[in-house]
Amino acid sequence: MKTIGIILAGGNSKKLGALSDRRATAAMPVAGSYRAIDFALSSMSNSGMQKVGVITQYNSKSLHEHLSSSKWWDFGRKQGGLYTFTPTLTNKNDFWYRGTADAIYQNIDFLKKSHEPYVAIAAGDGIYKLNYNDVLKYHIEKGADITIVAKDMAGVDEDITRFGIIEKDETGAVVGFEEKPENPKTTLVSTGIYIMRRRHLISELERCAEEGKYDLVKDIMLPAMAEKRAYVFELSGYWKNISTVDAYAQVNKDFLKKEVRDYFFKQHPGIYTQVADLPPAKYNEGSSVKNSIVATGCVINGSVEGSVLFKDVYVGNNVTIKNSIILNDVYIGDNTVLENCIVESRDTLRPGTNYVGEDGYKIVVEKNERYIL
Amino acid sequence: MVKKEMIAMLLAGGQGSRLGVLTSKTAKPAVSFGGKYRIIDFPLSNCINSGIDTVGVMTQYMPLKLNQHVGIGIPWDLDRNVGGVTVLSPYESSGKSGYFAGTADAIYQNLEYMDYYNPDYVLILSGDHIYKMDYELMLENHKQKGAAISIAAMEVPMEEASRFGIVVTDDNDTIVEFQEKPKVPKSNKASMGIYIFDYKVLKNALLACEHIPNLDFGMHVIPYCFENGNKIISYEFQGYWKDVGTLSSYWEANMDLISLIPEFNLYEEYWRVYTKSESIPPMFVGENGAIKGSIVGDESEIYGTVENSVIGSDVIIGEGSVVKDSIIMNHTRIGENVIIDKAVIAENCEIEDKVVLGSADFEDAENTFAPHIYNHGLVAVGQNSYIPYKVKVGKNVAIFGKTTPEDYPNRELPTGEALIK
Repeated sequence: MKTIGIILAGGNSKKLGALSDRRATAAMPVAGSYRAIDFALSSMSNSGMQKVGVITQYNSKSLHEHLSSSKWWDFGRKQGGLYTFTPTLTNKNDFWYRGTADAIYQNIDFLKKSHEPYVAIAAGDGIYKLNYNDVLKYHIEKGADITIVAKDMAGVDEDITRFGIIEKDETGAVVGFEEKPENPKTTLVSTGIYIMRRRHLISELERCAEEGKYDLVKDIMLPAMAEKRAYVFELSGYWKNISTVDAYAQVNKDFLKKEVRDYFFKQHPGIYTQVADLPPAKYNEGSSVKNSIVATGCVINGSVEGSVLFKDVYVGNNVTIKNSIILNDVYIGDNTVLENCIVESRDTLRPGTNYVGEDGYKIVVEKNERYIL
Repeated sequence: MVKKEMIAMLLAGGQGSRLGVLTSKTAKPAVSFGGKYRIIDFPLSNCINSGIDTVGVMTQYMPLKLNQHVGIGIPWDLDRNVGGVTVLSPYESSGKSGYFAGTADAIYQNLEYMDYYNPDYVLILSGDHIYKMDYELMLENHKQKGAAISIAAMEVPMEEASRFGIVVTDDNDTIVEFQEKPKVPKSNKASMGIYIFDYKVLKNALLACEHIPNLDFGMHVIPYCFENGNKIISYEFQGYWKDVGTLSSYWEANMDLISLIPEFNLYEEYWRVYTKSESIPPMFVGENGAIKGSIVGDESEIYGTVENSVIGSDVIIGEGSVVKDSIIMNHTRIGENVIIDKAVIAENCEIEDKVVLGSADFEDAENTFAPHIYNHGLVAVGQNSYIPYKVKVGKNVAIFGKTTPEDYPNRELPTGEALIK
């Protein structure tokens, strides 16, 4: 593969509410067994990229734990590997990343020391599969400076005013771009995935740094669009972004649909993640589970419906869980009722807890101590 | 020079013929167990949890699955710069060529491997037991007692003692007599087939016995050491230990996992069992799915009813199907409206709609093909088998291969029959 990858995983989303207190968006648990960044990493690995840098900043502890070994995504080679870049203080600078372009510029050595002619840049909060070889082929065919991967959200029940909306002409060239418009002119949404020549990116980053500009979209992409040198590659498969509570819940619930599971789980190539050495899910006598996803290590004694149970969740006797998302390693005491809830990971719910999300999802963050028996 | 205090030698070459069709295509240690594991995961996890980082795995019979599973040992943290796991297959040499002819012969043929690590002690393990054991404690005991050989033993009910190799000890756990499946047992301490040898003693004994055909630990090497006055002690093990060498004991050991608080608990934080996960995605239960008293592996999709069963990874059980008291291994597809009662179905099988396995409608009969294997009312289906639409199969039955409707006269395979293609 002639491309190196950069994943921008430094961001936090206020719209994820209390869920973002604990971790960067890219580290959000998704679909029972995964974290959001697994989708970006797996797409790159499956496309044959050997060298990927992940740029982190906000609350990156979970993310670093998750990336502690690169072998899960088949990186960790002598040629290439998985690199993480956290902001560092040096003689030359004493500030954090000031924007997406600045974040890459501060790690420009990574680009300069590589020999691959192309760079792919991706956000860490998208849920999708992408073959970068197809994008690269398109990029070369069009002779583009930048190729933007976009998804047509027509017919998808999603508020698209939180995205960058793209207008393109019949050749695929970008002719208009609006960030978070109130009245979107099209339904073509930028996925935050770009491909460009490595040398071109280096020179653009250096120009921005000189001019005191720090934003990838505003300061590099928009000028390219103005010159009609930016093209759109349309992603045909599933793509969603998890950066609001509703979107996050919806993505998880999408996995209750067979076609979504088949697309991500059964169709080659798969999505990889850190392997948890947990035993299989266990269903005891009183359990009743319907239309739900259950990850490894769960022990279930109660009833669960229309829900997603992440790894290592314990469901006590006579518990009712409906339309909820229970993150990793949660203990739910007997006689608890949960409806329309998202329960934060490592929570302990005392017996008899009763939480119902009235208007949308309720985010449950309990701070009860748990002692391992 | 390389130096390891103790290395482990894991005998994983046997066919395990008493597992019948389950091992037609796979060595016994590579047979699935408990939803996501394979039998060899238990001794390998015990090794790393006991701090043993050098393990030689001797393979012979149908080793492909086993080799793929063990690989370079990553799941067990046995990928090491020095040591780690090494798969030792039979090899040809100028003097003699050939397969491992017995348990001790397999070790003898790998003296060079052991010499390289220059160990003080060698732990001999077999790949067909389900248990959690701290070999480090056994080694401490071995050193304390100044033994040349330690044999792990556990107490079994006196009435069952005549099925085992029995050790008779004095008050200091020193073994004074061996009894192989005795009619009148003098003790109820059964050997578990787990040995620690002083390496020098082992090497001398192997060299002295090399001329014996089918060289075996229990029959030749240990008696030789015993006669030559080496101190052999019994190390008493307490806890869950199960030999899964027969179809019925294999089935029972799996069923042991599904009780409310199993005696053998995989869910403890301490002493984890590691495996190479073939599936990462979570499992899914459909709108009409119902699962009770069961464990289910990753990536499986359950649309029917599952009771009292152990289901592997990436298994699909269709709408209207009922699976009871059964074991279904990885990647198997069960169609719709299938009834499965007390069956063991190996990996990659396909069972078409409306099939009945383990039907009680037939007259009771022993298996005609191999009654010592296929008994206890179980239906055994071997790897990669196919069972066509709407056939009815009785109990004590073995099925292996891509069967067609013509193989089932009147769409039936009565109790006690075998269909092996």
